[in-house]
Amino acid sequence: MSKLHIETTVNREPAEFLCDPHETLLSALRNGLGLTGTKEGCATGDCGACSVLLDGRLVPACLVLAPEAHGRTITTIEGLSRGDALHPLQQKFLEHAALQCGICTPGFLVAAKALLDANPNPSEAETRFWLAGNLCRCTGYDKIIRAVLDAASDMKGSAV
Amino acid sequence: MNAIRYETPRSVAEAVRLMAADSGARVLAGGTDLLVQFRTGVRQPSAFVDVKRIPELMSIVIDDQGLRLGAAASAAVIAEHRELRRLWPGLAESVRLIGSMQIQGRGSVGGNLCNASPAADTTCALIVNRALCLIAGPNGERTVPVDSFCVGPGRTVLEPGELLVAVRVPRPAARTADAYLRLIPRTEMDIAVAGAGVSVTLDAAGVCTAARVAIGAVAPTAVRVPEAEQALIGSPLDEGALKRAAAAASSAARPIDDKRGTATYRRTVAGVLTRRAAAIAAARARQGNGHE
Amino acid sequence: MTAPREFTYVGTRPIRHDGVDKVTGRASYGADMTWPGMLHGFVLRSPHAHARIVSIDTSAAEAMPGVQAVITGRDLPETTAKIALGEAAIDLRDIGDNVIARTKVLYHGHAVAAVAATTLDIARRAAETIAVVYDVLEPVMSIDRAIAADAPILHPAMRTKGAAAGAGEPSNVASRMELKRGDLDAGFADADLVVEREFRTPMVHQGYIEPHACIARCGEDGRAVVWCTTQGPFVVRDACAAITGLDPAHVKVIPSEIGGGFGGKIVVYLEPLALALSRKAQRPVKMVMGRDDVFRATGPTSGSKIRVKLGAKRDGTFVAASASLWYEAGAYSGSPAGAGAMCALAPYRIANFFIEAYDVVVNKPKVAAYRAPGSPIAAFAIESVVDEIARELKIDPIELRFKNASEEGDRAPYGPKYGPIGLKAVLDAARNHPHWRAPLGANHGRGIAVGFWFNAGMNSSATVTVNADGSAAVVTGNPDIGGTRAAQAIMVAEELGIPVDRVRSNVGDTDGSGYTDVTGGSRVCYATGMAVIRAAEDAREQLRARAATIWNVSKDAVEWTDGRAIPPPATEKASAMTVAELAAKMTHTGGPIVGRASLYAPMAGPAFGAHICDLDVDRETGCSRVVRYTVFQDVGRAVHPSYVEGQMQGGAAQGIGWALNEGYVYSADGVMENAGFLDYRMPVASDLPMIDTVIVEVANPLHPYGVRGVGEVPIAPPLAAVANAMRDATGIRFTELPLSPPRVLEAIEAATAIPVQV
Repeated sequence: MSKLHIETTVNREPAEFLCDPHETLLSALRNGLGLTGTKEGCATGDCGACSVLLDGRLVPACLVLAPEAHGRTITTIEGLSRGDALHPLQQKFLEHAALQCGICTPGFLVAAKALLDANPNPSEAETRFWLAGNLCRCTGYDKIIRAVLDAASDMKGSAV
Repeated sequence: MNAIRYETPRSVAEAVRLMAADSGARVLAGGTDLLVQFRTGVRQPSAFVDVKRIPELMSIVIDDQGLRLGAAASAAVIAEHRELRRLWPGLAESVRLIGSMQIQGRGSVGGNLCNASPAADTTCALIVNRALCLIAGPNGERTVPVDSFCVGPGRTVLEPGELLVAVRVPRPAARTADAYLRLIPRTEMDIAVAGAGVSVTLDAAGVCTAARVAIGAVAPTAVRVPEAEQALIGSPLDEGALKRAAAAASSAARPIDDKRGTATYRRTVAGVLTRRAAAIAAARARQGNGHE
Repeated sequence: MTAPREFTYVGTRPIRHDGVDKVTGRASYGADMTWPGMLHGFVLRSPHAHARIVSIDTSAAEAMPGVQAVITGRDLPETTAKIALGEAAIDLRDIGDNVIARTKVLYHGHAVAAVAATTLDIARRAAETIAVVYDVLEPVMSIDRAIAADAPILHPAMRTKGAAAGAGEPSNVASRMELKRGDLDAGFADADLVVEREFRTPMVHQGYIEPHACIARCGEDGRAVVWCTTQGPFVVRDACAAITGLDPAHVKVIPSEIGGGFGGKIVVYLEPLALALSRKAQRPVKMVMGRDDVFRATGPTSGSKIRVKLGAKRDGTFVAASASLWYEAGAYSGSPAGAGAMCALAPYRIANFFIEAYDVVVNKPKVAAYRAPGSPIAAFAIESVVDEIARELKIDPIELRFKNASEEGDRAPYGPKYGPIGLKAVLDAARNHPHWRAPLGANHGRGIAVGFWFNAGMNSSATVTVNADGSAAVVTGNPDIGGTRAAQAIMVAEELGIPVDRVRSNVGDTDGSGYTDVTGGSRVCYATGMAVIRAAEDAREQLRARAATIWNVSKDAVEWTDGRAIPPPATEKASAMTVAELAAKMTHTGGPIVGRASLYAPMAGPAFGAHICDLDVDRETGCSRVVRYTVFQDVGRAVHPSYVEGQMQGGAAQGIGWALNEGYVYSADGVMENAGFLDYRMPVASDLPMIDTVIVEVANPLHPYGVRGVGEVPIAPPLAAVANAMRDATGIRFTELPLSPPRVLEAIEAATAIPVQV
């Protein structure tokens, strides 16, 4: 069984890995590239813990085949902050105590970034429906939603 | 063990060749059904034929004829298409209901149809909009009305070597509008327990001159309900007509008991959703819905 | 008893210290670790819910290229050891048998063999070649079936402990316990109103998003290291050692960050298997559970059947109560039926009661703790009946509870007298809150319910090290699932008088931290917090002693205020010294400064909560939505209010899911049909509104700051709060959960089908 050689861009940097044809992008990120920030919660696309951006589009990495990454760009949680500056979403999650165990947090942050990219001024309801694909069992979602709305409000003034 | 292959055809012809040459090959669009089935051992493809680099399967074109929707275009891209939303709000609604935003980034109408789940969200909306399936295969191209595309749970009319290339939806006539509703226990993330799609056309006096009604998740495939359509046609889509359509929809349902709902429940709710979807479609048609 | 105290840091909301790692994806959870040379382990699981194992042939698997080790139950020694686990002691023989079956499989998904290979694919394919011959038996899938006279027996040696009479026969009832007081018959005879109902709840899962995962390495010398996601590294050490026959002194457990537990990660599942495979293969073995296995083969909580009878006078005084609780234990004994019995009447002063609780085995996974284990189920039943009584007697539901509420000095149903408790304070806060008075929309209903948890104490250890620059590090053995490191940093800052961001808060492994009981029982902030405070006090005393040395005075003469040592008046060449100034001199004044404490904390502060729930019900489809929700809870003292609120909201959300849509669905032959997040329906963000919280603080006299456990109480009230709201909205009393749309619609249709013909 020979592996495929995939060349891609991850978090604005060129990256390459070897993978089986049937391997998932999630596995390639975690095991091939050592980017363990993206998590597996279910492997069936039902929990959002594996959320990444593929060519800017929010997708579940567990339901993308690794070879599909060839020639494309991927953003993971590791790519959200720039240098030592946290993204406003990350900062607001900390300020609002929007995480407890934190396992769902990377997925939420990537999904929330996709939301604010598409809709910089979402209502509470829009935010809740956009993030319905991200399960959290610790927080009851209250502080997560507040953090996202607060970040949106902060970011409206400046281009991010 | 033979290794599973990953193929990236660049044209419909190349895809057809690959599918025809290997009966175990499966088309990979968004993968939101196929990869789950692969992971759980339900399907063991010999090859994933990724069709997302074929332009005809990804494009969305609206012209005088209507809509030509590439089978592998993602729900997210479809949902962002303003003109599509304006002309076929019910269809757009049904597409936006497929799973989470993450799933929307991948899942496609073609995949939804070809997976042929009785509960698929887009099938009813496609049926009431008189959609046609464009199929390419080793023997050339053919067209099949979406009503007859799915023949049973997990089964379609596709022959070996064939793939669904696009779906065509005719432009709606004047004062025509559609709506799609589904019932799920939560607010998101569930497979439909029941679904109903309705399209109505009104004349200048507000009387219904044409109607299509389809119900989903309550039979082995989505089904049109002619009796419900007859209940609407010729009426001003008043409460009485809507109730009669609902009753017809309930009667036409042939649901099962399963972990998602009982047969009795599905039959009742098919009627409730039909009535509500018809009311929404009627309101949209009366408003003129922004088109001629 | 501690006098009220002005706090500098307690009650503030600093950013948690591990927060940046978690929002950047750097934090390392169970599955995020790799060790050089590691193999991948895969578990072969039983396809039958109940069967005898006739034979297992692993030869084909062992011969497969890439396979380095295969184990079955035969590879592990029999053990009869007992260890402390959470708030109870457990029999390791059952745990060992649950980890891998020996003679019988007792649930679909029960592990029967495990393979370690160079890739996961190879391990999986090898496992598929293992030939197991089963003698399939009829599965027992419900309480009613399990207690029937002709039921198949899961454990031939099981006899009902504590049975009323004639307990000589094999049984599926592992034990029976009872609590009683007063004269039940006289009590009911005195009642003006008696309400009796039977309730049922399904098996539900904690639903943590992170599946179980571990890596284990066992060397040629029998020394082992385990990296795993767990609430209790010391439990993992002791259980793994006993199950694999290793010496616990030679097993080190390193807890990873934990992605949720709620009680479900205080047991072992993969770790002993990974160790045994590693011992055979002489390489590290990594094992990660798939989500379906998490549902099928870890530790959900009991389904139940409960009968409640409550008697009251016309003025609302409760005069008698009886309850029978049957809880599913799953495949082995150990349901929280006893705890449920103890919690059921905790909120109320009742002179005459009788409660019996049965622990019933069925062919389902062995249940584990789930956040206030036993209490939510009992509260569902009792609080629903209390609601009925309020309606019948036309007394306001809060007033009725207030009238009967337990107070300080009352004897709890489970024995001890209550110290200061906050039930009345919580009820008072609820009745004065705008939510209670807000107008209800059409198709809306409002419900209220209270709940209780004892909160544990148990063993904890802590060390506080003072660094030369005056910063400090605290180490405990409790994995942090709710923000306890932040709370611990606050405590150290408070006791030493240094800023919170100068304190590093760490979770140690089993070699680096003193023995500590699990993160569970709502005990970390209370008991481990107590140890942290004592360790910080110890460090502070050492700093005082150093100041005394520097000033050449006696230690007693040195005052300590606001993080400074103050010299006695008129001491030559002495002025106040800060922690940093003292620490800078520690090498020359006696060496390193390390404060330590270890203790067995007395049973913690029992705590109460009350929840108000507004529900919107679609009467044509049976679908419902929570549209407003407020949590009132006595927490004693909120050390970090944001994380206290988080516990209140998270527990409420789990309870709402339990009430509305969650539940294991089994086929007739005992296979779980909804073993995934698609059909095991936990609340998603769009299902819930903002969850408002009201923190009530009735100080717990046993803790220096007044802290009570906070994490578990909030899951107890929601089941009844939602069901009572449903009663208010529909006029129908639902006695079975979940309140799924088909169930609700069927009841609505039945209720309105009673025709009034005109």
